[in-house]
Amino acid sequence: MNKLNPRIKYRLGMSKLFHALVIVFAFMIAIPLIAILFFVIKEGITKINWNFLTNIPKPVGEVGGGIANALLGSLIIVLVAAIIAIPIGIFAGIYLSENKNSRLSYWSRLAVDILQGVPSIVIGIVIYFWIVKPSGTFSAISGSMALAVMMLPIIIRSTEETLKLIPFTIKEAGFALGLPYHKVILKVIVPCGFSGILSGAILSVARIAGETAPLLFTAFGNPYLNANVAKPMQSLPLLIFNYATSPYEEWHNLAWGASMILLIWILLLNIITKLITQKWKVQL
Amino acid sequence: MISLFNRFYLLGLGAIALVLTSCNSGESSNSPKDMAGNASAGDALLGAGSTFIYPLFSKLFSVYHDSTGLKVNYQSIGSGGGILQLTNKTVEFGATDAALNEEQTQKISVPVLHIPMCSGAVVVSYNLPGIKDTLQFTPTLLADIFLGKVKKWNDPKIASVNKGVSLPDMPIIIAHRSDGSGTTNIFTTYLSKVNNEWNTKVGKGSSINWPVGLGGKGNEGVAGLIKQTPGAIGYIELAYALQNKMSYARLQNKSGKFITPSVASTSAAGNIQLPADAKVSLTDTDAPDGYPISGFTWAIIYKEQKYNNRSQDKATNLVQLLWWNIHQGQQYCEPLHYAPLSQSAQSVAETILKSATYDGKPILTEQ
Amino acid sequence: MQELTSQLVQKPSRVIVQDRKTKYTGRNIRWEGVFKRSLVITALSVLVLVVGIFITLVVQSIPSIKALGIGYLTGKTWDPVSDIYGAWPFLLGTLLTSFLALIISIPFSFAIAVYLGEYRPTGWLSGFLKNVVELIAAVPSVIYGFWALVTLVPLVRKLESAIGVAPYGVGIFSASIVLAIMIIPYAASLGRELIQMVPSSLKEGAYSLGGTQYEVIRDVVMPYTKSGMFAGVLLSLGRALGETMAVTMVIGNTSLIPDSIFSPGNTMASVIANEFTEADRAVYLSALIELGLVLFLVTVVINMIGKSIIKRFTHE
Repeated sequence: MNKLNPRIKYRLGMSKLFHALVIVFAFMIAIPLIAILFFVIKEGITKINWNFLTNIPKPVGEVGGGIANALLGSLIIVLVAAIIAIPIGIFAGIYLSENKNSRLSYWSRLAVDILQGVPSIVIGIVIYFWIVKPSGTFSAISGSMALAVMMLPIIIRSTEETLKLIPFTIKEAGFALGLPYHKVILKVIVPCGFSGILSGAILSVARIAGETAPLLFTAFGNPYLNANVAKPMQSLPLLIFNYATSPYEEWHNLAWGASMILLIWILLLNIITKLITQKWKVQL
Repeated sequence: MISLFNRFYLLGLGAIALVLTSCNSGESSNSPKDMAGNASAGDALLGAGSTFIYPLFSKLFSVYHDSTGLKVNYQSIGSGGGILQLTNKTVEFGATDAALNEEQTQKISVPVLHIPMCSGAVVVSYNLPGIKDTLQFTPTLLADIFLGKVKKWNDPKIASVNKGVSLPDMPIIIAHRSDGSGTTNIFTTYLSKVNNEWNTKVGKGSSINWPVGLGGKGNEGVAGLIKQTPGAIGYIELAYALQNKMSYARLQNKSGKFITPSVASTSAAGNIQLPADAKVSLTDTDAPDGYPISGFTWAIIYKEQKYNNRSQDKATNLVQLLWWNIHQGQQYCEPLHYAPLSQSAQSVAETILKSATYDGKPILTEQ
Repeated sequence: MQELTSQLVQKPSRVIVQDRKTKYTGRNIRWEGVFKRSLVITALSVLVLVVGIFITLVVQSIPSIKALGIGYLTGKTWDPVSDIYGAWPFLLGTLLTSFLALIISIPFSFAIAVYLGEYRPTGWLSGFLKNVVELIAAVPSVIYGFWALVTLVPLVRKLESAIGVAPYGVGIFSASIVLAIMIIPYAASLGRELIQMVPSSLKEGAYSLGGTQYEVIRDVVMPYTKSGMFAGVLLSLGRALGETMAVTMVIGNTSLIPDSIFSPGNTMASVIANEFTEADRAVYLSALIELGLVLFLVTVVINMIGKSIIKRFTHE
C-alpha cells in the first residue's frame, strides 16, 4: 500500500485537503453565533433585574429605568398578529392541500411564494397607507397587521405540507362514518397534522418577534406602558434599534438587556418548535 | 362538544376581549396619580419631530405626567418627520427646529401655529483621542471641512487657528444626519450665511445632499457615530455633547470672537424681538457674546383644533401642555443646557398659543 | 405514482359523500357551506393581499414616476432639498452589499451543505452544526446590527486604518459581512437537501470506478445539483436585497455613490427606513415608495426564478 503511485497519492491528498477545508469552513459558522450569544449574554445579564423588567424608561440621560413598556408592547403586538394570522393561515393552508389543482390554488400558491419574499420594510410602507394614514394615528394594531402579513406564508406553507402527508385513507374513513366535510377536516385531518401546524405557527411567531422594519412606520414606539392596540406601542426590536444607535450609555444598557430577552424568547420558541417536530416526527 | 373550528374563534375572541378590556386598565391604572389627576388622563397625546429638543421634552413630559397624569408620547423622528406626520394628521403636535417653508405651508393648507419652546445651540463636536485642548474654528474653516476640502486633522488651515495644539495625522470623518432634521437646517443655514461656496454648492435645508461623510439617524445617531469613530467631526445639539462628555469646538462669531457654546451664549444670541409669528433664525448673530449656530425649536399645532373628530378635551390638554412648557417648564431648560425663552419671546409665544381655537372659539380663555 | 393512486381513491369517495348528503341535517349542510366558503375566502385573501400590496405601491409611486420618469433609476444625485431624486446610489449600494455578501457567504454555505449532505448526514457533530445554522437564521436582524456596531465595526475600522483607507468602520464592507452571516442558512439548508437527493447509484458507480470522495463530489454531486445550487444562491440573494435593519445600522447612511467597498453608502431598504417618516414633499415620498416598488419587483422576480428552478429540480 505504501507504494502508491504519485498520481494516486495526489488524488487522495486532494480529497483529504478538500475534506479538511469543508470541515473548517462549515464549522466557522459557529464563530459569529457564539460571538453574538456571548456578547449579548455578557452585556445583557448584568442589566436585567426586577426594576429593568417593571419600570419604564427614564427621561434622557437619567440613570435607571426599564423596558416594561417594550416587553408588554412586544407581547401584545405579537399576540394580536398571531390571532389574526393563524386562523387565516391554517384555513388557506387547508384549502391549498384540499384543492391541489384548482386555478385558485395555483394563484394562491404563487401569492404565498411572492409574499414570502417581500422585504419587510415594503410591508411596513403598505400598511402605513392601508391603516395608519386612514385611521389618523400610528397604532399597535397596524404593527400587528404588518407582522401578520409576514407570518401568513410560513403558516400556510407548513399547514399545506403537513396536511399533504396525511394518508387519504384517514379522510376516507371519516367520510365512511358519515361525517360532513367540515367535520372530517377539522376533527380528523387537522388533529392528525396538529403538531405540524402548531410548530409552523410557533415558528412563524419566532420569525416575526424580532422584526423591526415593519414596525418603524406602524407601531411607532411609546415611552409609557400602553395596552390599547389603537395607540402607538413600544416593542423590543424598536427599542433596541433606537437605543443601540444612540450615544447614551444608559440606553445602550437597556438595549443590551432587551436584546438578551428578545434573543432568549426567540430561541425558546425555536427550541419548542424543534421539540414538537422531534416528538411527533413531523417534517416542515 | 365544541368543534376545533369554534374553539379557535372562541380563543381568538377571548384574547381580543382580554386585550380590549386591558386597554382601559393599562391606560389608567399605571399609577394612582393617574386617577387623581386630569379628568381625561386616559387619553395620551402623541407628538413627533425634532430630536434636537428630545432630551428636554422627555424630561418635561415625564414631570408633566407625574404632576397631572397626562401621558405625552413624543417620538424623536426628526423635524422633517414631525412636519410630515402633522400634515398627515397622524400626530397631535409636531416639533421642529426649522419653520415650515412655503411648500410645506401650502401642502398643509390650513394655518399652523409655531410656538417657540426654547432655543438651543448646535455644537461642532469631534472625536480626537488624546487631545485635551478645545479646538477653535473660523466660519471659513468650518465650511471647508464640511465641504471636504480640508481632509486631515493636521491640515495647516486647522493648525493656524489652533496654535499650540499638536494635531494628529488622521483623516477627518464627517458625520451628518441621514434623516430630515432641523438641526441640519440650523447648521446649513449658518454655513450658507457665512460661506459663499457652501451657499451655491450645497445650500440649506432639513436634508441636503452632503458632499462627504457618514449619516446617522437623529441627533442620537450622529452623536453615536462621532463617539464611536476616532477622527470624526459632526454637528449635534449641545445637550447631547454634554450628556455624553464629548468635546466640542469654539466658533468665531460675526464680531470676531471665539465663543464657547453654552446656555449663556445661546441666550445672548436669542435675545432679540421676535416677529409676531415667531419664525426667526438666530444663526450668525450680531450679538458680540452670542454663539453663532443656535436656533429656536417650535412646537407646531393646527390653529383650528377641531379636526378628525378630536374632542375638545384633547385640544385643551394639548394647549395646556404647551402653555405649561413655556411657563413652568422653562425651569428645566437650563439644567439640560437649553436657553429658556426671554421675557419678550415668552409673551409672543403666549399670544400665539392664545390664538388656537376649537370650533372657532379660543381654547385658552383665562389663564 | 402516489398521485395516481390518490386520484383513483378520490373518485369513489366523492360518490360516498354525495350519497350521504341526503342524510345531512340542515345545520351540518349550512356549516359545510360556510366552511367551504371560508376556505375559499382565506385562499383568495392571500391573493388579494399580494395584489393589493402591488397596487398600493404602484399607485403611491405614480407622482414620482410621472415627475421623474425612467431617469429616476439612473439619476446619480439624491438631493431632496433641490428636489432631485436619483436612485442610482441606492441601487448600486444594494447590489454591492448583496453581491459582496453572496460572495463571502458561498464558501461557507457550500461547505455546510457538503458536510451535512455528503460527509456526515447524521451524528452529534452534524446535529450540532444543523442547530447552529438554524439559530443563525433565528437571531433577529436588529440584534445582528447591534452586535456588528459594537464588535464588527471597530474590527473593520482597524483593518481600514491598516490598509490605508478612510477608517469609517461602518460602510458597505461591514454591511456585507453582517448580511453574509445572515444569509448563509438559506443557501446551506437548501444545498444540503439537494445533495442528499443525488441518487446513491450514481455516486456508487463513481466510487466503484475508483473515484476519491473529492472527485465524486466534484464530478457527480456538483453537476447533478448545479441548477439547484444556483437557485439556492438566488434565494439568498433575494433575502440579502430586502434586509433592512442590520444594514441600516452599519452601512453609514449616506446618499453618495460609493467609490469603494469600504465607503459608506445606503441601500434601497435603508433609505426607506431612514427617510420614510419624514419625506415632506409629495414627490419625495413617492420617490421613496418607488424604491419600495423596485425592491418588491426585484425580489419577486429573483424569488420566482429561484423557486421555479427548484421545482423543476425536485420534479425531475
